Amino acid sequence: MAGGLQRSRVVRAFLRNRLGVAGGTVLLVCLGSALLAPHLAPYDPYRLDLAHAFQAPTWRHLLGTDNFGRDILSRLIYGSRISLLVGVVVVVFAGSLGTALGLLAGYLGGWLDLALMRVVEICFAFPFLVLVIAIIAVLGPNVVNVIWVLGLVNWPFYARLVRSHVLALRGREYVEVARALGASDARIMLRHILPNSLTPVVVASTFGIPQAILALAALGFLGLGAQPPTPEWGAMVSAGREFIFQDPWLITWPGVCIALVVLSFNFLGDGMRDALDPRAQRV
Amino acid sequence: MLRYLTRRLLLMIPVLLGITFIVFALLAFAPGSFVSLMLSSGVVNPDAVARIRAELGLNDPWTVRYLHYLGALAHGNLGRSIVFDQPVAQQLVQALPNTLVLTVAATAFALAVSMVAGTVSAVRRNTLLDYAAMLVAVGGVSIPSFWLGLMLLLVFGLGLHWLPIGGGGVTGGVSGGWAFVSHLILPAVTLGAELAALLTRLVRNTLLDVLTEDYIRTARAKGLAGYRVVSRHALKNALLPVITTVGVQFGALLGGAVIIETIYSWPGMGLLTVTAIQQRDLPVVQGAVLVFAMCFVLVVLLTDLMYVAVDPRIHYE
Repeated sequence: MAGGLQRSRVVRAFLRNRLGVAGGTVLLVCLGSALLAPHLAPYDPYRLDLAHAFQAPTWRHLLGTDNFGRDILSRLIYGSRISLLVGVVVVVFAGSLGTALGLLAGYLGGWLDLALMRVVEICFAFPFLVLVIAIIAVLGPNVVNVIWVLGLVNWPFYARLVRSHVLALRGREYVEVARALGASDARIMLRHILPNSLTPVVVASTFGIPQAILALAALGFLGLGAQPPTPEWGAMVSAGREFIFQDPWLITWPGVCIALVVLSFNFLGDGMRDALDPRAQRV
Repeated sequence: MLRYLTRRLLLMIPVLLGITFIVFALLAFAPGSFVSLMLSSGVVNPDAVARIRAELGLNDPWTVRYLHYLGALAHGNLGRSIVFDQPVAQQLVQALPNTLVLTVAATAFALAVSMVAGTVSAVRRNTLLDYAAMLVAVGGVSIPSFWLGLMLLLVFGLGLHWLPIGGGGVTGGVSGGWAFVSHLILPAVTLGAELAALLTRLVRNTLLDVLTEDYIRTARAKGLAGYRVVSRHALKNALLPVITTVGVQFGALLGGAVIIETIYSWPGMGLLTVTAIQQRDLPVVQGAVLVFAMCFVLVVLLTDLMYVAVDPRIHYE
């Protein structure tokens, strides 16, 4: 009962935040277009039509065509699939790994905590994008490598976040009570501490997804992410760069898509943080 | 202070070992033989491969090889570039100043913009000016830097012809003050845009907190002019979180430099890295990553020390 009330308070607080709702709406539209891409896209995103290359926006091609005569709108719609998928998978991967390790380190302490925190420190000592670029350069550029390298480089962030919350919760009375009642360590961690440490993880994930999307686009732009002819937004900007004089629209549209999605996630994240944790500072 | 510095430096040892190990592992455990990369001519003679493997000590266990790697690093030896057949260290020494100039210029741009915009936003809270500044600030963290770079290049370089579209740098053969500065403007603005956006929000929110403090009211009561209260009393105290953020975000700046330098052909470590990746010149990539990480570690150390200089209340003992 109390849980229901709490939930409705959070939902109402979120709905009052207009920018958050706007961000969420844009993302729902984007998710819809990603799921329904084959039905929504007017053309096959890979179909070449050299006779109609570099077309300006027309009724036939709402956003025009690229250097191979491919329909830009269709490619953007299919591109949303890759960006959203990578963003979500990276955050789920990094978030669960980081949460699990942070929970163990914070609760058990000792050498595990010490070792894990050193690893986290070392990971934070690298400029994030530089490390990602270098690992992908060695492993070879493709989307699957991007996903797991981004996940592998991002988990320390979640681990540190969860650990700090676990440290604060570990000494709470209700945890002591559970232990006195004979609850096992595993049960205390999973039933009593984990659920109370998840809110910051959820908020951090909302900001983590756009970070991953930006990183994917940047890697695509450098030729280290999705490879042509895959309709990935960053790779599309990279391909359009050659024709920056001839047809500036080629690089404009994918950039607008990336910025719009990232902006929406940032608004959504702000709204969720304010709704879930009213005491949190707005910075 | 000295004791703090010593402890801080000692704590850096495990981190530095970790960094060097990861950088070492980049190539040591890389799929595809390092030697076959070297003999990329396509003619792979098994005898030659075996000989080179033995010469390079590639048959030793990885622990031995890691120690050798550390030993070489201690002598400033970062390996040899496969493509250019010259020491990696030499290439990095040429590129490093350019990257430092670019990142420092980007930081300066971000600080200048955010101090002004953040202060105006805070003082004129909830006015149109404030909303406009915040909108630009949220946009600034959402726009991909490579796209912003191309757009600025399109408008100011290709369209208006106000600024050059690439090249420059300390070692880029550009002479004259304006020529150097004009090449620097677009890359620095592009690289600094995200940091400027972050800092503007930070300065605004910190100032809003500070402006409600008692000593600000006292300063006003003394009859100090409004702008003096803000500039002498409030901004000084808003500086601390700004320093921390600049330190932490310097890593993002270095990562961003890889992309921005590629767009504007700025001859720094980022351009060197991307070119090396395209040529599969992995020793150069390896060396560059190490230097990038070292720069970041140093900057974080410097920011920690700057704390003490800025805030006399903090004593590290």
